[in-house]
Amino acid sequence: MAGTAHKAPVVLRLDRITKTFGALTANDAISFDLREGEVIALLGENGAGKTTLMNILFGQYTADSGSVAVFGKTLPPGNPRAALTAGVGMVHQHFTLADNMTVLENIVLGTQPLWKAGFNRAGARQRILELVGAYGLSVDPDALVGSLTVGERQRVEILKALYRDARILILDEPTAVLTPQETDDLFATLRKAVALGLSVIFISHKLHEVMAVSDRVVVLRHGRLVAETETAATDKYTLAELMVGARIDPPAVQAAPVGRVLIELENVSTPDRGAAPGLKSVHLKIRGGQIVGLAGVSGNGQAALFDVLGGLITPARGVLRRDGAVPGRWSPRAAVAGGIARIPEDRHKTGTIPDFNLTENAVLELYGQPPFSRRGWLNRGAARAFARRIIDAYDVRCPGPETRIRLLSGGNMQKLILGRVLETVPDVILANQPVRGLDIGALTYVHEQLLAARGRGAGVLLISEDLDEIMALSDVIHVISEGRLSPGFERGSKTTAELGVWLAGHGFGEGDSDAA
Amino acid sequence: MDIVDILLSASFWAAAIRIASPLIFAALGELICERAGVLNLGIEGIMVVGAFAGWMTVYSGGGLWAGVGVAMLAGMLFGLLHAVLTVPFGLSQHVVGLGITMLATALTYFSYRLALPEVTSPPKIEAFQPLPVPVLSDIPVLGPAVFSQTPLTYLAFGLVIAVSVILYRTPLGLALRAAGENPAAVAAQGLSVGAIRIGAVMAGSGLMALGGAFLTMSAFNSFFFEMVNGRGWICIALVVFGSWRPGKTLIGAILFAAFDALQVRVQQTPLGADLPYQIFLMMPYLLSILALVVMSRRAQVPAALMVPFNKGER
Repeated sequence: MAGTAHKAPVVLRLDRITKTFGALTANDAISFDLREGEVIALLGENGAGKTTLMNILFGQYTADSGSVAVFGKTLPPGNPRAALTAGVGMVHQHFTLADNMTVLENIVLGTQPLWKAGFNRAGARQRILELVGAYGLSVDPDALVGSLTVGERQRVEILKALYRDARILILDEPTAVLTPQETDDLFATLRKAVALGLSVIFISHKLHEVMAVSDRVVVLRHGRLVAETETAATDKYTLAELMVGARIDPPAVQAAPVGRVLIELENVSTPDRGAAPGLKSVHLKIRGGQIVGLAGVSGNGQAALFDVLGGLITPARGVLRRDGAVPGRWSPRAAVAGGIARIPEDRHKTGTIPDFNLTENAVLELYGQPPFSRRGWLNRGAARAFARRIIDAYDVRCPGPETRIRLLSGGNMQKLILGRVLETVPDVILANQPVRGLDIGALTYVHEQLLAARGRGAGVLLISEDLDEIMALSDVIHVISEGRLSPGFERGSKTTAELGVWLAGHGFGEGDSDAA
Repeated sequence: MDIVDILLSASFWAAAIRIASPLIFAALGELICERAGVLNLGIEGIMVVGAFAGWMTVYSGGGLWAGVGVAMLAGMLFGLLHAVLTVPFGLSQHVVGLGITMLATALTYFSYRLALPEVTSPPKIEAFQPLPVPVLSDIPVLGPAVFSQTPLTYLAFGLVIAVSVILYRTPLGLALRAAGENPAAVAAQGLSVGAIRIGAVMAGSGLMALGGAFLTMSAFNSFFFEMVNGRGWICIALVVFGSWRPGKTLIGAILFAAFDALQVRVQQTPLGADLPYQIFLMMPYLLSILALVVMSRRAQVPAALMVPFNKGER
């Protein structure tokens, strides 16, 4: 892709874009150019201002000052329609698709005058199929979006932009939700697009992808443009330092003695829950001093596994053993009382009650026992002291224990949850996507805490969509696909590509997974 | 006369379709609002407004179709109020809707008292008359049942088709449905979610008012208090019953109306002498609840129903 890009004409120019949200300066006088047939990677941590900048470019936010010019013409601020017409197409991180409508309907939405009688379905389908062929974006125009996989939905988003004759594609964290194979497909599509003369801005914080796909890299940190460089002239380590502003070493994983089996699932199945598959004859052992990594694309049964271990659902078939014995009654209360810590996937929906304050959220799992309540009366003082202890020990940045937790950043919310469960010294920790959406500082902190728990002999189940995270931390890796669990792979015994095959659903035997 | 005879008689079906007509208008109106993502609980009050505005126009010398127009305009005005509060301001759709119902009902009764202070029994108007369709109305049973209705009933059935076509066969309908499924998708395509939703609520409210106007201009020929009598709430249920689809909602309206027409007639059979009449009055509602429970299990709720959309929110 590199090479001729430099002589090509400028298609997009950002000129001194500044945007503040209250006291926070999200973008501070950012300028750069995009040339025809070029891929620019916009690199930065969460909160560095990448998404804000792209939303300004696309007219969803209005900049405080500065301007955006496409093909030499300045766009009116705050007008997505103008950006679309000028040829800018955006693929958002959170897809803007309507699940109950077909692919075709989602694509043609807004492309025809509203007051026209009737729309040309056959013509639209023809055009979509042409684009599907030209860019290698296979998807059925008549399928309901709700029935598509995440990778297919992303293709619909790209098709939406191409259908509107976009000449500039902006992809916001496009690989966050994809399997390695889907990521490769996406990159192939991007190469085709660039070969056809499109220009691409690719937002990411994954360095190896930036190195693989971009011609130039623009690095943002705390709302400032800190570096702009040819990809060929730099390397991963330099970029990481630029992005973070300091060296951050990944937590060292030290060898830990492997203990006994703390919790075990034998041949466990659960019923499907709507579109989410249940577990299918799953075998899983979590030992002390181990991090068991569970890789898989979200929605493949991770939630069911998490809920079975956490006591929210009882297996329809198979047995769960805790310390070698089948517990009499398995419920969340029994699980928590028995030393199982849960870090749920969704901090806002299941991890916390957003409109409760930190104190109340800190004792959500413990309010029924002393010292937090006695004879049916809450002891607020004890709860507040507990919350203070967590705030100090886990570095939760907040105005105080009386703050509503809604007002905290994701990282601080997660630290409170982490403190809440670790303070009880659990011997099993279930962590479902514990670092999703966190910046690298908070992320490293969470990883360190999980490793520390492993070091003192706890067993950790780490569920994540990020294969790099799983591979860096896990002693044993399982892959989950459509409710089936792969056998456990020892650290270092499988490459990314080999795990990718399992992620895509291959390698599982039909019926019972007897491989465990 | 036993139940089978009743079910085979043309007069029974003619009554059912007449009773269904106002429900069809108002349920279509509610359906349009909800498909765009706004629950309009102002429906009951807006029907009262429509009933009064249409009737008053004719009573003070206007034409019947002028009455229809005034009723729809009045409904759209209350729709605009509802939409402004719920769409740009994003207020609770429950509270706003119930508030609109109370406001509209009270204002209407107040206006009635102002306009006709001395009247004890409400005056009648020259209402819409049945308009038999040539040829078709000669078909046995079906003719007198379906094709000898008033023009407003024909309009109601025509609107079911029109709304279906608009929703599923035009870019406007596509945008409207998308606003109720995922407003962010609409905004990302450069369309205004606010304008679509406000327009939908106004159009829907116009239809609700038309449903009310049917009562005074095509059924009872006069206006009295409490005449809407919960029909608006029934329409909310009918939309759920119809799974937010115009055709199925029409079937629901006819079904409910048929139960209603049936219970009146069953009261006059020997069975009716043995049982308290309240049991029969309950019947359409009981059966509606049953049907609703059965049908709504697979209903496709618009995903963004009751979710306000704020552009550029972090």
